[in-house]
Amino acid sequence: MAKNEVAILGVGMHPWGKWGRNFVEYGVHAIQAALKDAELDWRKVEFIAGGDTMRNGYPGYVSGATFAKAMGWTGIPVMSTYAACATGAQAMEAARTRILAGMCDVAVVAGADTTPKGFLAPAKGERVLDPDWLRFRLLGATNPTYFGLYARRRMDLYGATEQDFAHVKAKNSRHGVSNPNARYKKVFSEEEVLASNMVADPLRLLEICATSDGGAAVVLSSLDFAKRHGAGDAPRVAAISTITPTFPDTYIDMPAFSTDSAAGIPSPDRGFKDSIAHAAYEEAGLGPEDLDLAEVYDLSSALELDWYENIGLCKPGEAERLLRNGDTTIGGRIPVNASGGLGCFGEAVPAQAIAQVCELVWQLRGQAGERQVAGARVGITANQGLFGHGSSVIVTK
Amino acid sequence: MSKNRVPAIEGWFTLDEASPQLLGLRDPGSGSYFFPKDVAVSHAPGYDDAELEEVALSRTGKLWSYTTNHYKPPEPYMAPDPFEPYTVAAVELSQERMVVMGQLAPGVSAEQLEVGMEMELVLDTLYEDDENEYVVWKWKPVAA
Repeated sequence: MAKNEVAILGVGMHPWGKWGRNFVEYGVHAIQAALKDAELDWRKVEFIAGGDTMRNGYPGYVSGATFAKAMGWTGIPVMSTYAACATGAQAMEAARTRILAGMCDVAVVAGADTTPKGFLAPAKGERVLDPDWLRFRLLGATNPTYFGLYARRRMDLYGATEQDFAHVKAKNSRHGVSNPNARYKKVFSEEEVLASNMVADPLRLLEICATSDGGAAVVLSSLDFAKRHGAGDAPRVAAISTITPTFPDTYIDMPAFSTDSAAGIPSPDRGFKDSIAHAAYEEAGLGPEDLDLAEVYDLSSALELDWYENIGLCKPGEAERLLRNGDTTIGGRIPVNASGGLGCFGEAVPAQAIAQVCELVWQLRGQAGERQVAGARVGITANQGLFGHGSSVIVTK
Repeated sequence: MSKNRVPAIEGWFTLDEASPQLLGLRDPGSGSYFFPKDVAVSHAPGYDDAELEEVALSRTGKLWSYTTNHYKPPEPYMAPDPFEPYTVAAVELSQERMVVMGQLAPGVSAEQLEVGMEMELVLDTLYEDDENEYVVWKWKPVAA
């Protein structure tokens, strides 16, 4: 049994979309849903951790306090965190460590975002010391540019095809079509995907994740509190990985346009993306063979294939075989992105890593409806945030 | 009257049109290279007090991957009007064992590219105004 366990008493989301309303509204909606799910009154919560948004001004930079004030101040300690796409995992880690340290029994974690249309762009001004500004100025390197580089490399190295990438999108669209929280509830055929506009060759419009509005929240507690609350059998967080890379990291990654150099010190045996889930497996005392499902960050359809390998479902170069066999489709050996993934949600940055955990909880409780993975007992999430943020959570029953 | 050719960013590469080189830093203790020269400290753990030396990086390397952007990126990219798709290449410098991205040089098509092929550094105009052409590094197949 893992030693760092906390219980997940409740989960909640505000549906993803392009609603154009205040992000606080989505966050509060998600918190209320999670508290209701946990059968817990807000006034019993002893700590709140918020996942920040960078696109909604000051209230977004202090999201924990923003949500606490909106719910009604109760005097509890607060923290707000930002780690790009890994924000939600960091916020959950803050709550978990506080619970494990015995400093509180029950905590709320929430993240929400309201997003502009189109490409994510860097902060304004002449920012010649900011790599995120420079990559746009000097190279025109948008986020899809990086996704395109990874996808092309899979094709040249492993024989992936455009059909494979379209297959991922089509699969996830079938998974997410019945998900009430998904933004895109439409089944796409591979032909439709392949007919959509080319964005970053070989990736097409329907294969690149959009930016979305949305909110997600979880209620975490100590195992003792869960028992006293009559929820001793609630799904548990068995591990959270929030690791950074080990020098030298020679894998090109947003927002950098150069990597570390391996000329002096050799690259670590396990690259950064491989080490993210590995750290979670080590903490939980589990391995990929124990998984029933996985929620991975399909910022592009092709990136989902990279994650199969990064989380150890198969060896490098074998992801296409898994996909083609139907192993990662619901009903297969190890369904990936049963929620529909980012392909059906789009990305609401600070909420997304929390939303991945919400899906695992619904799956492990058997509440996932038409997208239910039969008999799910162990699930993993995997995700990576700009500037070296790993994010992986293992949930068990 | 011809325009001045000035770097789009100061101090990142030599302006030698025939054989330009990126300018980086080397930490002689760990043997690691750094580009760009963001902060004057070695990023190799344990070498943070090393005296860094400025070095010109290899002009050649192997193509790691490439992609062509078909949509106009947001500012601060200075996109030509009308917008033209452009290819971005990532190249692994063989001596420095590091990957550096750059746009593909004009006159080369992405169809000619293959992961693993030998590439070299060239200079080309990124954008221009009434007085200046702003120059940046780009990648080109050695064979092209």
